[in-house]
Amino acid sequence: MTTLAYTLSDSRVMLRRNLKHQLRYPSMTLMLVGLPIVLLLLFVYVFGGQLGAGLGTHEGRSAYLDYVVPGLLLVTVASAVQGTSIMVAMDMTGGIIDRFRTMAIARASVLTGHVLGSLIQTLAALAVLIGVAFGLGFRTTAGPLAWLATIGVLALFAFALIWLAVALGLAAKSVETASNTPMILFLLVFLSSGFVRTQTMPGGLRQFAEYQPFSPVVDTVRGLLTNAAVGDHAIAAIAWSVGIALAAYLWAIRLYNRRRAAEPK
Amino acid sequence: MTGQTSAPGIVARDVCKSFGSHLVLDKVNLTADEGSILALLGPNGAGKTTMVRILSTLIPADSGSMHIAGHDVVTDPDGVRALIGVTGQFSAVDNLLTGAENLLLMADLRHLGRDAGQRRVTELLEQFDLTDAADKPLSTYSGGMRRRLDLAMTLVGEPRVIFLDEPTTGLDPRSRLTMWEIVRELASAGVTILLTTQYLDEADQLADRITVLDQGRIVAEGTPAELKSRIPGGHVRLHFADPDLLRSAAGLLPAAAPDQDQLVLQVPADGTVDSLRELLDELHEARIAVERLSIHTPDLDDVFLAVTGSHVTGRPDEHPTPQGAAQR
Repeated sequence: MTTLAYTLSDSRVMLRRNLKHQLRYPSMTLMLVGLPIVLLLLFVYVFGGQLGAGLGTHEGRSAYLDYVVPGLLLVTVASAVQGTSIMVAMDMTGGIIDRFRTMAIARASVLTGHVLGSLIQTLAALAVLIGVAFGLGFRTTAGPLAWLATIGVLALFAFALIWLAVALGLAAKSVETASNTPMILFLLVFLSSGFVRTQTMPGGLRQFAEYQPFSPVVDTVRGLLTNAAVGDHAIAAIAWSVGIALAAYLWAIRLYNRRRAAEPK
Repeated sequence: MTGQTSAPGIVARDVCKSFGSHLVLDKVNLTADEGSILALLGPNGAGKTTMVRILSTLIPADSGSMHIAGHDVVTDPDGVRALIGVTGQFSAVDNLLTGAENLLLMADLRHLGRDAGQRRVTELLEQFDLTDAADKPLSTYSGGMRRRLDLAMTLVGEPRVIFLDEPTTGLDPRSRLTMWEIVRELASAGVTILLTTQYLDEADQLADRITVLDQGRIVAEGTPAELKSRIPGGHVRLHFADPDLLRSAAGLLPAAAPDQDQLVLQVPADGTVDSLRELLDELHEARIAVERLSIHTPDLDDVFLAVTGSHVTGRPDEHPTPQGAAQR
């Protein structure tokens, strides 16, 4: 086999290991998939009546459902990558990573396995959330092409955040830290155009909300699902995704290759 | 088992390593002939684990040269990795997989192919007495089973050089014997083994050569017999109720060393039951009552006392018995 063939084979083995982990640790998988659904129900049935009234239509709650689904798709992504960070930290704080490091395997395959496994998990979680949203009466004018674009934008952004989560998991000294740091991503979804229009926010916060990476992704997805123009939002969303992915990838690889400097305790 | 082969399995020359300002390894030299067992003996904090981590490509040395079966650890780490197997001090198993899945993971990463990999897994499960537990999650495994699985995973790729970092620490006596048996079998099959240990008897039982490490420096090196010849033998300590009895006993046993303050007589002994029985019979016939006795067999502390003139210098909070060792 060639080096490339070994790399592909090792990555596939690590991906299979990662998917098995997700099945063997169902409580976490269910939590990560379940949380966005609970939030969807909460926002539609508890807050939705009042928040929907603020949208200026007469349909209130059902209009808010249509409005908030893109925001919850991003919550789903944030929730899933928290799992990535936890899984990576579990690997790094356990003994098995040292075993991998003393074997002649493609070095990055451990991380590749995590990234691909998380991407599959995220896409599955997104599909579940979209299914539930339709069950609650979500309406969209999107055709197949718009759906494809929606999935593409979300997958690209998820890919970027997964690499970020991998880096956070590598940087964390404990699994607890790895579980806590990605919480900031949840906060960023709330501080975006995901749940309310940024125009309703006070100055400063509004600027922040408009210029942080989650808003253009939310606006792009919302535009695609409502047949509105996405133009600048899509460019910003793709630029943010590529930028975050590249920076996080380089950070993660650097952390991974940095051999442990201290003697193990 | 002793090396009639001359091709060196492990050669390390002048290996130095510091963590910050703390010198952990100071010009350490090691040689293990192919198919031999080399024991790296020393207390906690001596640098044993660091040496293993350097030789197994996990961390770089600051200086020195290291070769594993002819491959340079620094310039050809992947060549080294393809030949070695490492079982560290902490279990390196995947807790979310079953025993069989752990082994299959190793087979896949060693690119054994589906059929050959499956065969090797079945073989190892049998060899390590894990067949019944093969499909059970690791949460149901005992400590001994986890160690066995750990070592089995190391052996999947049939490595020619194996590093075992304190392989029996924390194991019950029976699992310890099983582990010793496995190590001996590997060596007789031609595998070169470097094992670290804090126990003199373990090094004595297994190793062809022993290197004693203290605070990052080699303080002694040789075959077990050579090292033991430098250690004073074991002894029996007899405790008496009053000075008169101690005096009588000392008169009876001229080789013994009396301690008037503690009312203790230290009698050289080889640790066999026969010699002990003989000693007690002799005292009994002379009607000298012994209050109690304690038996002392040579251990790591004696080696250190003999070769460095001081007791083990391991970090005090980590070393289990520096105080009690002389009395055991």
